[in-house]
Amino acid sequence: MTISIQRSHNGALQSYNVELENVTLLSVLNHIKTKIDPTLTYAHSCRSGVCGSCAVRVNGREVLMCEYKPKSGDCVEPIRNARVVRDLVVDSGHVERFNRTGSAWSEGSREESVKAEEMERIETQSDCILCASCYSACPVYAVNPDFIGPFALTRVWRYVNDPREQDASAKMAAVQTNGIWDCMLCGECVPVCPQGIAPKQDITMLRTKASVMGYQDPNAATAFGGGLDFGSPVF
Amino acid sequence: MPKVLIIGSGGAGLVSALSAFEAGAEVVVASKSLPTRSQTSMAQGGMNAVLGEDDSVEKHIEDTLRSSAGLGEESRIAFMCDNAADAVRWCNAIGLPFSRDESGEIARRRLGGASAARACYAQDYTGLKLLHTLYDQCLKAGITFKNERFLLNLIVDPESNRVLGATFLHIETGEVEEIRADAVILATGGYGNIYGKHSTNSVQATGDGLAAAVRAGAKLADMEFIQFHPTALKRSSILISESARGAGGYLLNAQNERFTDELAPRDVVARAIHDELAASGAVYLDIRHLGESFVDHELPQERKLAQIYEGIDPVHELIPIKPAAHYSMGGIEVNESCMSCVQGLFAVGECANHKTHGANRLGGNSLLELVVYGRECGKNASEYGTRHPAPDLENTQFAKDQNFVRGVMYFTNQIDFYQKQEMLANIFYNNVGLVRDDMGLKAVLGAIRQMQKELPFMGPRDKSKVCNTNLVEFIEFGNKVELAEIIVVSAISRVESRGAHYRIDAPARNDQMFGAHTITWKEDGVLCADFMQ
Repeated sequence: MTISIQRSHNGALQSYNVELENVTLLSVLNHIKTKIDPTLTYAHSCRSGVCGSCAVRVNGREVLMCEYKPKSGDCVEPIRNARVVRDLVVDSGHVERFNRTGSAWSEGSREESVKAEEMERIETQSDCILCASCYSACPVYAVNPDFIGPFALTRVWRYVNDPREQDASAKMAAVQTNGIWDCMLCGECVPVCPQGIAPKQDITMLRTKASVMGYQDPNAATAFGGGLDFGSPVF
Repeated sequence: MPKVLIIGSGGAGLVSALSAFEAGAEVVVASKSLPTRSQTSMAQGGMNAVLGEDDSVEKHIEDTLRSSAGLGEESRIAFMCDNAADAVRWCNAIGLPFSRDESGEIARRRLGGASAARACYAQDYTGLKLLHTLYDQCLKAGITFKNERFLLNLIVDPESNRVLGATFLHIETGEVEEIRADAVILATGGYGNIYGKHSTNSVQATGDGLAAAVRAGAKLADMEFIQFHPTALKRSSILISESARGAGGYLLNAQNERFTDELAPRDVVARAIHDELAASGAVYLDIRHLGESFVDHELPQERKLAQIYEGIDPVHELIPIKPAAHYSMGGIEVNESCMSCVQGLFAVGECANHKTHGANRLGGNSLLELVVYGRECGKNASEYGTRHPAPDLENTQFAKDQNFVRGVMYFTNQIDFYQKQEMLANIFYNNVGLVRDDMGLKAVLGAIRQMQKELPFMGPRDKSKVCNTNLVEFIEFGNKVELAEIIVVSAISRVESRGAHYRIDAPARNDQMFGAHTITWKEDGVLCADFMQ
């Protein structure tokens, strides 16, 4: 099969012809690197879909190389919204940056017993492998590079919704600016998640929670230009 | 404030980072990748702890000691088991989402070699969820991460035998960097990747920390003991968790007959599979009778991976398996404070030998070990740094490593190291694997010595400075070759069978001659080996 890969040294697509069938894209790239072209550069580690290293875009859609089986004619590019270091390797500074901004951690978890069903409500969100596929697919970054974004907001919801969590208020405060209200709810992040997580849904849950806590959607307040508020502070 | 440098950012590195930070140290974690990409993310089974009346700490100690086949140290095993419940509570307190049982308590399952159900778990993602929970806590604590730093060497003052820091290749820029510290913790993981495609490990498990430690004068212990996991997917060596057998999965041979006790310790099951593969040509794991809803709930990763890599659905079909290299019991020799024989150099987790696993590790004890000893190690390193601040000494290591990185680009590439790496993996699997003998081991040693001579004729073909993964992989290969020699020399010296080390030419255990640890070190570049208590 022939696949083409976006190279960074010349900004062009390079085609490789390999005699492999029914294997993962990662196996194809390993074959290219060790047998054909050692300069081809990409990240990988566990080859079993849990380390989050090998997210790329194939024909414009995010996939994990270790889970995707390529076909002839496929075009492989690095994920978007991140600086390309070389070929398919991108700077992963966004992981630390946005998780920090969103305070995506536990402030302390209670020890008492918790019903299995209650723990299961954060099961999917805590399956996140930080591959940043959702981050790559998110169109908000084109207009707001400081958007806390899908993986970090899902992580915030994972802790806010944890039945053991003692104090979620700081997290809720942290996601008001460049956070939950900046999402367009377009849902681009949902189908690309290799772990079946739906960040859009988690962001919606955070919005509901925020509203209950008395936070307001800043966009709604200015929706009518702020001129006639009819006496309502929420409008 | 003492400065503690932690090298490696898997579970052991992050636990010790949090512990050193709590003890008041300035902490820097340097690692060759993003922390959440570490090997720990692949741990599935669970973390052993005695939480209920149906089990006892004594039984946990007894099981661990029995499995260690005379090479586990009772006091250190007891320390780990005594602190297990507290370790699990700590993980819960920082947010690790353990699965729960019907009464709402942390759920436990039985793994091989255990006399009770004591592995606390989070579906089949225990390691992933532990690692991410720890990473989140490190961000909360404001710990400094230096990612994409590939460890080259430790900086040691030759006069005082004291560690002063370490040198790294900054992968992105291609520059050599030096980080000085008052104490250094190695948490760089195991060396399973020597077995290449015959290992369940991530491609990062190349033993870089162990190789750097032995070059720096540290001792390694029991390097010949490598655990083979009984059930890896046949073509890709991807792990199928022990919980599949714990839940009632069967092992079947080519005639579809069961042939062994599926819940015996790993070394026993793995050898039974090895023998059956030789006899009947195929071995399968059968979980069809467990039902679709159970598989989807408890083993979702396994189902997905078997579909991708073997093209079969375990709910309806047999899973073709083989044993694969899984865990390095051997490691840097450390005392009960986790310090090596180099002053100020600590080691923890899979790269260390805490004498808790001995000749064979029990499932569920490695995550436990990294939490219990990680907490100890971080605290001890911080205290050491407070008591003995590192002197500001001149050292030539940085200049040497700069020269090396510059010079390696001129290696001639007449021999392809990727080919040699694949060959090393194959001869290791076949001769330094589940069943060994003197002749096979010596043949491998000959091949390794040849590779050492050939290294200057290999080298990276990619000459780029920025993000040169071809260069990184070549240095990793060098580390693997360095450790391979040590493993094989250890395996040749131990003319007996014990735990994971099975010699077909000496099938009995011989406590009189070999009831001791295989200690290896280098003197002026020459490998030395001895048995010591």
